[in-house]
Amino acid sequence: MKLTLKIWRQENATAKGCMQTYSLDGVSPDMSFLEMMDVLNEQLMENRIDPVAFDHDCREGICGSCSMFINGEAHGPDRLITTCQLHMRKFKDGDTIHIEPFRAKPFPVIKDLVVDRTAFDRIQHTGGFVSVNTSGNTQDANALPIEKESADKAFDAAACIGCGACVASCKNASAMLFVSAKVSQYALLPQGQVEANDRVLNMVKQMDEEGFGNCTNTGACEVECPKGISLENIARMNREYLTANLKG
Amino acid sequence: MALSGLFLIIFLLQHFIINITSVFDGSVFNWLSHFMGTNPLVQFILQPILIAGVIFHFVMGFILDLQNKKARGTRYKVFKGNSNASWVSRNMIISGSTVLSFLVLHFYDFWIPEIDYKYIKVLPDDPHRYYEELIHKFDNLTRVVIYVVSFLFLALHLSHGFASAFQTMGFNNKYTVIVKSIGKLYSIGIPLGFAFIAVFHHINYHYL
Amino acid sequence: MKKITYSLNYRKPKKSYKQDDELTVCLRSYQKLQNGKFKVIKKSTGIKCKLRDWDSDWHKSSARNPIKSSDDNFLDKNRLLKDKSIEFHAKLFNLLKPNGYNESVNKLSPSTDLKLENKIIQSNLEAKVPPGPIEKKWTTHKNNIQLVSPSNKRGIDIIVVGTGLAGGSASATLAELGYNVKAFCFQDSPRRAHSIAAQGGINAAKNYQGDGDSIYRLFYDTVKGGDYRSREANVYRLAEVSTNIIDQCVAQGVPFARDYGGLLDNRSFGGVLVSRTFYAKGQTGQQLLLGAYSAMNRQIGRGKIKMYNRHEMLDLVKVDGKARGIITRNLVNGEIERHAAHAVVIASGGYGNLFYLSTNAMGSNVTASWKIHKKGAYFANPCFTQIHPTCIPVSGEHQSKLTLMSESLRNDGRIWVPKKKEAAAAIREGKLKPTDLAEQDRDYYLERRYPAFGNLVPRDVASRAAKERCDEGYGVNKTGEAVYLDFADAIVRYGKEKAHVKGLDESDMTLVQKLGKKIIKAKYGNLFQMYEKIVDQNPYETPMMIYPAVHYTMGGVWVDYNLMTTVPGCFAIGEANFSDHGANRLGASALMQGLADGYFVLPYTIGDYLADDIRTGPIATDGPEFDAAEESVRSQINTFIDNKGSKTVDYFHRKLGKIIWDKCGMSRNEKQLKEAIKEVKALREQFYKDVYVPGTANSFNEPLAKALRVADFLELGELFAKDALERSESCGGHFREESQTPEGEALRDDANYTFVSAWEYKGDPTQAKLHKEALDYENIELKTRSYK
Repeated sequence: MKLTLKIWRQENATAKGCMQTYSLDGVSPDMSFLEMMDVLNEQLMENRIDPVAFDHDCREGICGSCSMFINGEAHGPDRLITTCQLHMRKFKDGDTIHIEPFRAKPFPVIKDLVVDRTAFDRIQHTGGFVSVNTSGNTQDANALPIEKESADKAFDAAACIGCGACVASCKNASAMLFVSAKVSQYALLPQGQVEANDRVLNMVKQMDEEGFGNCTNTGACEVECPKGISLENIARMNREYLTANLKG
Repeated sequence: MALSGLFLIIFLLQHFIINITSVFDGSVFNWLSHFMGTNPLVQFILQPILIAGVIFHFVMGFILDLQNKKARGTRYKVFKGNSNASWVSRNMIISGSTVLSFLVLHFYDFWIPEIDYKYIKVLPDDPHRYYEELIHKFDNLTRVVIYVVSFLFLALHLSHGFASAFQTMGFNNKYTVIVKSIGKLYSIGIPLGFAFIAVFHHINYHYL
Repeated sequence: MKKITYSLNYRKPKKSYKQDDELTVCLRSYQKLQNGKFKVIKKSTGIKCKLRDWDSDWHKSSARNPIKSSDDNFLDKNRLLKDKSIEFHAKLFNLLKPNGYNESVNKLSPSTDLKLENKIIQSNLEAKVPPGPIEKKWTTHKNNIQLVSPSNKRGIDIIVVGTGLAGGSASATLAELGYNVKAFCFQDSPRRAHSIAAQGGINAAKNYQGDGDSIYRLFYDTVKGGDYRSREANVYRLAEVSTNIIDQCVAQGVPFARDYGGLLDNRSFGGVLVSRTFYAKGQTGQQLLLGAYSAMNRQIGRGKIKMYNRHEMLDLVKVDGKARGIITRNLVNGEIERHAAHAVVIASGGYGNLFYLSTNAMGSNVTASWKIHKKGAYFANPCFTQIHPTCIPVSGEHQSKLTLMSESLRNDGRIWVPKKKEAAAAIREGKLKPTDLAEQDRDYYLERRYPAFGNLVPRDVASRAAKERCDEGYGVNKTGEAVYLDFADAIVRYGKEKAHVKGLDESDMTLVQKLGKKIIKAKYGNLFQMYEKIVDQNPYETPMMIYPAVHYTMGGVWVDYNLMTTVPGCFAIGEANFSDHGANRLGASALMQGLADGYFVLPYTIGDYLADDIRTGPIATDGPEFDAAEESVRSQINTFIDNKGSKTVDYFHRKLGKIIWDKCGMSRNEKQLKEAIKEVKALREQFYKDVYVPGTANSFNEPLAKALRVADFLELGELFAKDALERSESCGGHFREESQTPEGEALRDDANYTFVSAWEYKGDPTQAKLHKEALDYENIELKTRSYK
């Protein structure tokens, strides 16, 4: 396969970026998208051009590092996968592919396609936990049965990999899906309910302070989420937020 | 947004019910309009609340949209919005603004003359004038067209807004399917009904 | 007479003693002197024994109990005896030192199983295993070690490098205890550490299924699974705290799988006969890591942990022989930073990326471990690598990493290759489909060779069996390096079961298939989806193709019972240490070990070391040691940036990986290992001459970060081969072709290799010096591992 790649290049956080065009030959349909990027980078380095920086680590769709906005969509055209699981067989010979970083004000570009997503961490610092000490003196794990349905739903919410595709896809750069997944996980489990009110208030407050946009329920996040996190979580968080506010 | 939206949805329903009577029976319409126009509870409590609700809804709408635009920072060169979300849901600001400009016209057409009649010129109370005024307004074809187009945008606005309001209020469960269906019915039915009223009176006046 | 005997210390003529008199047990040995006479060397053990309980032949029997067996602490006394005898050997050794290591000493102990020769060599490697019966060791140890008062903890800083399960849980717990923690990870968030990719589950001896599980059984399975090359006391402790881990994680809100009664569900894993694995679909590692990460978040929010994302540790700083800080590089702007602390904890994971292609994350590296090795920490058993049997096969040259398919798939999947080579060849050429092959033409080789465990044999056994079949020409993909993992039977079995439960027609195959696939989907849906995305084949319809791939490294930094390395104040936890898995790790044990070390072991043992540090005060970062370490880091970086080579870092990494995979992979022999040592050395030299690193030192520069990592891999690679060469036995994941049974099974050499190889850095991997920690098996009898 022969491809034309239009890639966002930006030297560092303060530099002005622009799209650069590269052409790449000899791409195999069995390659993953990131392997295609590796080949490009090898080629760039051979020509003594600075390789394209991009985040990646596990390359099996679970660490949430990779963050490319491919042809106008987070993680590209395929569904329920991350960029590293996207394979070149999804593209055709001669295609032009636009590659940009995940864009949001709270996700400043570090270099090229690498963005800083620590805003997500900061949101979690304010409440993404159950306050239990690791003393080993907690009660027996089976002392408190949890309804399978709740446990499964909590798991589905907890499956979030924090990649930021929701923010990137949302026309408002809203982080509601991410934050609500975390809030939901704990809201659905008895262990998390003790601190439920503070959690949702603090996390939402931090989310707003980071500068994420508002949720207008377009549903783009749910479609683009590599882990299929449901909009139900956002409704649940809204409910939690409302109740917490009413309780004062 | 959701709360004021839901409130406006209820208002719209009420507005529609009164207006649709004009199609069947001018006197019922007159009676209802007169009641709404003279009842102090409606005039001095509900009307200000409604106006506040409308203002809140669009002011917040604009503020949020500005915030949301700002939250993106640098814009994407290529953004395939329609691959994951409907045009309507992404462009509430457009449908909303259209409806807002329509509201200006609508105020100019009905509300301002009404206020002028009642509170500025303080003309004598006439419980039978409403139907006539209504018919008179839809005399003009341009106006009817503008109205119909605006209702189309209202339909678009509602088709996302209805279910979205419920989602924002935290309602998303097995009954959501029902809410969505009602939303679809409502968002098509109500604007269609309004449009029908306008067109009906125009045709009725000119051709029948 | 050249042996050690045990006797009672009679001070008067034997006859003058009564049966109730207590006498001290002592050890004695006869040494032949130059003049031909014998000298008796005697040493008291301090243990007393009544005459009536004394059996002078006790040491000859396998279950020796000189002290009355009804004594509640007789194991204790036995252990003391043994310790004394070790001391005694050391003393003997010193006596004989002028003549060097003496053959005669070697033969001193044929009548005992004490392995004299190892004991003597290990004297400078003290594992600090506490005395006492194995089930009491940890409790006793916790009761006896020193503590640091809460107010003093506030004045103590600890650096934790790595934020996976071990590092994350340790950071959180240490901060909770009151220490000031600085945590470092190279990822953009601690949540992305590679523990996140663990799929299958975590073991714990909860016995919720009532299938006879117990702490002892988990301990036994782990030691046996590790092919008797792990330290008993550590493994027992691991099994002991395993139950706490589950309680802890549930309390943190980790959403484990549950049954319809709301209780925790379990599944079974390779190498064991009970169901003790807790899981969260195929994302157990992710959920546990997020649990540890949430505990970290709480402490970061409180200001007790200072988190450094996108930072790479590039050197350890030692002051007065103690670990006192690290040098890091900020990966965003290239800044070189100094960080001081009273103790340094390395939790940076394993070094599977030595092979270039592995299931490790792209960034996983050995740098932190290797840097401390170069500063004095011994590196243990580097050659013990786990090759995981169920990974997606390599598809081409471009491949950058391999993807694991959880071992849990072997619960329901059956592994096979065609019985006839012609059929295999036809499949490779695409002329035949696997589903067309009749049952009698398939070779379910694991079930054939290991009827007792079948498809659930331990990983090393399953991997080797796959390689054996493929080497024989039965491989089923284009490259001939793949076997089938087939779910057709499981689908039918589950489907029929479900149809039966629902009262539907069990003979309706369409229905059965449909129901069965639904159940398989519920169990392994995400794995099947992943497979389909990568391979572009539907595993519900056609069997999966799998092949072994490097997955985990049992070897690592040598640590004592307190998890401290040979550098005082420098600890290693999780996969980074040589750990509890011996020569092979059982499935679902890595998560267990990471969390056990981080939550429940290190936080106690580190206090024992830090108790002496409460008066030290803050550590300054402007000393000459910091200057020197920073200087060496800077100069290494500049070397790479200034080098005007022609080949990229990946070029060298790929080459290194190929050498190691081809010559030190699933089976090893002397000739190839020797070649590997030479080739790695040559490659390393070429690397420094010819590597091209673009960009600048003070910017985000991934090739530079990679060059620094590969430089360390190139040194480790040589030690890896050297260690494999030195260990001429086969054990666990380490298979030496020279040491196998006629049926081709691994053959251990317990007499000569029941020890941990701990390598000391001597300026060059070639010069590395071997230290041995002998392994005592007091609670488990060394047996040939059999899964037949």
